[in-house]
Amino acid sequence: MEFVKPVLEFDKVCVSYTKQTMAVKYVSAAIERNSITAIMGPSGCGKSTLLRAANLMHNLYPNIHVNGDILLNGENIFQMHPIDVRRRIGMVFQRPAPFPTMSIYENVLAGFTLNGINLSKSEKEEVVENCLKSVSLWNEVKDVLNKKGTFLSGGQQQRLCIARALALKPEVLLMDEPTSALDPIASKHIEELLLQLKKDVTILIVTHNMGQARRISDHSMFMYLGELVEYDNTLKMFENPFDERTKAYLTGKMG
Amino acid sequence: MKKIYIKHRLLKDKLLFVMVSLLSALTAVPLLAILGEVLIKGYDQFSWAFFTEPTPTAYKAMKAVAAGELIPGGIANGIVGTLIMLGMASLFALPIGIMCGIYLAENSKKKFAYIVSYITDLLQGTPSVIIGIVTYIWVVVPMKGYSAIAGSVALFIMMLPLIIRSTEETMKILPSSLKEAGLALGGNYMRVVTKVQLPAAFGGIFTGTLLAISRVIGETAPLMFTALGCSIIRWDIDKPISAVPLLIWEFFNDPNLQDLIWGASLFLLVFVLTLNLTAKKLAKKWNS
Ligand SMILES: Nc1ncnc2c1ncn2[C@@H]1O[C@H](COP(=O)(O)OP(=O)(O)OP(=O)(O)O)[C@@H](O)[C@H]1O
Ligand SMILES: [Mg+2]
Repeated sequence: MEFVKPVLEFDKVCVSYTKQTMAVKYVSAAIERNSITAIMGPSGCGKSTLLRAANLMHNLYPNIHVNGDILLNGENIFQMHPIDVRRRIGMVFQRPAPFPTMSIYENVLAGFTLNGINLSKSEKEEVVENCLKSVSLWNEVKDVLNKKGTFLSGGQQQRLCIARALALKPEVLLMDEPTSALDPIASKHIEELLLQLKKDVTILIVTHNMGQARRISDHSMFMYLGELVEYDNTLKMFENPFDERTKAYLTGKMG
Repeated sequence: MKKIYIKHRLLKDKLLFVMVSLLSALTAVPLLAILGEVLIKGYDQFSWAFFTEPTPTAYKAMKAVAAGELIPGGIANGIVGTLIMLGMASLFALPIGIMCGIYLAENSKKKFAYIVSYITDLLQGTPSVIIGIVTYIWVVVPMKGYSAIAGSVALFIMMLPLIIRSTEETMKILPSSLKEAGLALGGNYMRVVTKVQLPAAFGGIFTGTLLAISRVIGETAPLMFTALGCSIIRWDIDKPISAVPLLIWEFFNDPNLQDLIWGASLFLLVFVLTLNLTAKKLAKKWNS
């Protein structure tokens, strides 16, 4: 798919954990600004691996090799400082991971703390309120901001993690199965949230839930054995998949 | 036929269970016996003065014993010395041990880390008397005298591997998701370690420190070569100083002071047991 000014571009991205095999093979794709893109595919097809390449998570492990280019607004992220890349491309993990020793308040501000950015008290309060409001958590937690983040329910914790990622005003938000550890109601809540958030941030979301992909995403990718098999408008893909494998997956005959 | 066989097996099971229980109970006997012995003999000595006054002279003690009174004075010089030396040893062992432990946990695959880890094990297994004599040569000889500093160095060397290990172990069991979440927010490595991982590991490291202290607090041999002992309460760190285990040894060697052995032993035992129990309790609390 072609976009006029994509926010993120993958260009022949390959990732390998071991010398013999590639977990992601020559993936090329452009991501439209302020859209939601769903990444689907059977377990082990390389969805997480592709996503983690985009915020340089693989850099943490010396034996993982990444090839190809990833461009953020046309700039190659492999030539940028990882800290800079990760601030502009935020990530939300599958398991909600609020920092256990920090309060809710501190968790929202963790991005600033960890970047060594000092905010005044009023700035802090403003950030915390805005971010928690944007994930519609403010009303639920505004009286318990000093409690540990781990006191919240799973769904609340995940919204806290989204708020924490949003606090740094990233351009892209990567989400790896953010609702798979949540119950249906909490998941629904997050889905609604993502639809609101996309006016400010571009979202790339890995999901096993085809209904979810269909409900919230503008574009969808289907990956199989490390390859990007199909990438199209979500509606088009669901109604008229181009590849046999996509069809098999979407109709539940695979994976 | 079959029924008998099952009965037989059940009987064997029962017998085994009884034996295992008995043997386990036996292991508790030495501890209880020691506790009882020390408690019965030492309890009489406990008084306010015992903790606030230094060791009496042999002459005073002799007079008191002759008059059938309790020996005056106490072990305050030892308590002060022990605290000073533990404090100084911890002051250096904690930061160095924690940094080293973090390094080992984060770089467990590097050759250098492997070597350091191996050396840590060796250090932990080194007999304390050898640490004492080596510290004597390194510190006492050049400083031309026994001192609290020398004693602290010996205790520092003994505490270091314990703190390194407990830090390393605690850091290793932290979920990697914690570190990834911190780095994914654009945190730099040092800040993620200090603001996210260390606070999460605090419980484990604190417990490890308590255990390390309780392990070295009763050490006598290394202090004989380094701190020497001293019969007055002293705060100078460049002079010989006393310690509770040193006092026990001194009391044992002086027929006039032998009655004080048990009070000092009881104090040391209770202190160590308290540290151990606190450490266990905290570990339980933080792990849940
Ligand atoms: N740390 C690792 N070391 C070695 N191989 C790995 C590692 N992580 C993933 N892999 C392999 O890479 C391939 C892709 O894994 P990845 O986690 O990206 O799949 P996924 O599509 O996210 O699967 P799932 O839906 O189960 O999360 C798999 O074959 C997996 O076995
Ligand atoms: Mg995955």
